[in-house]
Amino acid sequence: MLHRFANPTRFLRIASVVQPWMAWATVLLGGAGLYLGLFNSPADYQQGNSVRIMYVHVPAAWMAMFCYSSMAIAAAVGLIWKHPLADVAAKATAPIGACFTFLALFTGSLWGKPMWGTWWVWDARLTSMLVLLFLYLGYIALVNAFDDPTRGTRASSILVLVGFINVPIIKFSVDWWNTLHQPASVIKMGGPSIDASMLWPLLLMAVAFTTYYLWVLLIRIRTEIIANKIRIARLKQVHG
Amino acid sequence: MSGFMAILKRDLHLATRQGMDNMMVVMFFVIAVVLFPFGVGPEPNILARIAAGVIWVAALLASMLSLERLFQTDFEDGSLELLSLSPITLEVAVLAKVAAHWLTTGLPLIVAAPLLAVLLNMNAEGFPMLIVALLLGTPSLSLIGAVGAALILGSRRGGVLLALLILPLYIPVLIFGVSAVDAVIGGFEANAQLLILGAFLMGALALCPWAAAAGVRQAIE
Amino acid sequence: MSIFCGQNLICVRGERTVFTDLDFNLDAGGALVLIGPNGSGKSSLLRLMSGLLPQAAGSLSWNNEEIREDPEAHADRMHYVGHHDAVKPVLSVAENVAFWASLRGRGKKTQSAVMAALEAFGIAHLAEVPGRFLSAGQKRRVNLARILAAPAPLWLLDEPTTALDKQTIGALEATIAAHRAGGGMVVISTHSDMGLESFKVLDLAGFAIRQAS
Repeated sequence: MLHRFANPTRFLRIASVVQPWMAWATVLLGGAGLYLGLFNSPADYQQGNSVRIMYVHVPAAWMAMFCYSSMAIAAAVGLIWKHPLADVAAKATAPIGACFTFLALFTGSLWGKPMWGTWWVWDARLTSMLVLLFLYLGYIALVNAFDDPTRGTRASSILVLVGFINVPIIKFSVDWWNTLHQPASVIKMGGPSIDASMLWPLLLMAVAFTTYYLWVLLIRIRTEIIANKIRIARLKQVHG
Repeated sequence: MSGFMAILKRDLHLATRQGMDNMMVVMFFVIAVVLFPFGVGPEPNILARIAAGVIWVAALLASMLSLERLFQTDFEDGSLELLSLSPITLEVAVLAKVAAHWLTTGLPLIVAAPLLAVLLNMNAEGFPMLIVALLLGTPSLSLIGAVGAALILGSRRGGVLLALLILPLYIPVLIFGVSAVDAVIGGFEANAQLLILGAFLMGALALCPWAAAAGVRQAIE
Repeated sequence: MSIFCGQNLICVRGERTVFTDLDFNLDAGGALVLIGPNGSGKSSLLRLMSGLLPQAAGSLSWNNEEIREDPEAHADRMHYVGHHDAVKPVLSVAENVAFWASLRGRGKKTQSAVMAALEAFGIAHLAEVPGRFLSAGQKRRVNLARILAAPAPLWLLDEPTTALDKQTIGALEATIAAHRAGGGMVVISTHSDMGLESFKVLDLAGFAIRQAS
């Protein structure tokens, strides 16, 4: 009758097929990427072995941005076309993205210790990541702040769109604020000059992180759908 | 336009008849700034160095605290429903409320700011720029904050949540507001910073009423 | 020829379907009384008619034009009285009513219209009194005076008799009768019987979602 309440059977069927593939891809690609990165790639002539943190740090930072963009797209789809799965996907992505952001900050800090001699530097890239973490946390707080879950979803969809418009502005501002940040950045190394022995593990890890994200996302969406069913059953009990 | 003026006048009326409520925001601003010498010590050089930053951060917090009530009372007594049902476009109504909010809380903060700059031993060359930067920056804060204030309507624990939502979005205004003052004190031009603050204000004027109205609509459904 | 019509309306609040496949129509001068048990969706239907709540499906039209197409035009021809009275404690009764009237741009006539509206509900003597001193019934009368001060053809009244005494209910009945005599329409939800003439009744209990096993 109403697609809003329609049982997303088709999604669940596809998800149960795709999910194990994602799990295996994560394990295999991640394993290969870690092996190549940790044992089969050269140490940096300046940074020594600590450069290997890159194989976790850089994909985590990419995923942090990717997850926030995905949330913004999902939120827009949810607001405009009222597609129920889009709302669920945005909500399910947030904690995963926040974890990636935290991982990027944490590994960045670990990396900073040997490079800068201190755990934390107000480097422009790290600072932007920190603000991104706050944006994630604000979203998660708002989603859960209402007794009526649909209210939380809608309010936080607006928030994530506002945040998404702000991300480049924040990035620009933080760069301005910290014009003395490290010029030889990791992401800029990803040009054609990078050695294949470093590029391969990096790409493998990036793909593994993406499949990991999809894997966990599918689990979270399925859980959310089941939780919704329980909630609707409760409402039926109350209202007959 | 007449609707805009009617709402603006009503909100100014409401604010002036509850005079103490707005003074409390200014008092918070003053006390928050005065805490810093106790925290970092009374050394004039250190205070002068951090003066612009401290004043801006305190203004940010004061503006945020006062924003919690922007839609809250109207939401609770049903006025917000009626406003959205009036023939005035909700975006315009939101803009009028934000304008009234800025006139009653943002403007007093700007008046108090030079006084605090004196207490913090700020270089006198920075005073005019502090006021100009605040004049350009605080309306953006009110506009961005209005989005947050609309989104938290009807939530549990509104105030803390509002801080979590909008303080990260305030960072660009803070950066350029402080940078403008510091540049002038350091003997440089601050035109770039002012232009960027102006651009933020234009962007906020264009986008925030729209987002805040969307927030209000979903809150009163 | 009905002016205000709803067809196949479905209303969803939160995650609950309140009613389905609801039709109604209202002619000039008509009155529609909504009845039904608690939770059957009387308030939801009124909010839906006002445009506060978008319908999940179905159409809502005024002179065969979808209301969603031009919500501001709908707002201009409609008054809604909900559970809250929207009386500001620091504004006087007259200021409260005048503010809402001024949003509808009735210009110079506002002041006299406000006084006439207060007169109709017997609160003219309270015109200068700030809202915070009013009782619940007086606040409700201020809210009702609001809809008189700026004329609009459609009135949506959600339990308007709450907190009102017999005398004021009488005044409300007279006001509604005059409004209808002038071609105005009213949709009203109520628990108590009101003295209205030739009205239609819509029992919302009949539109609850059928329990699909």
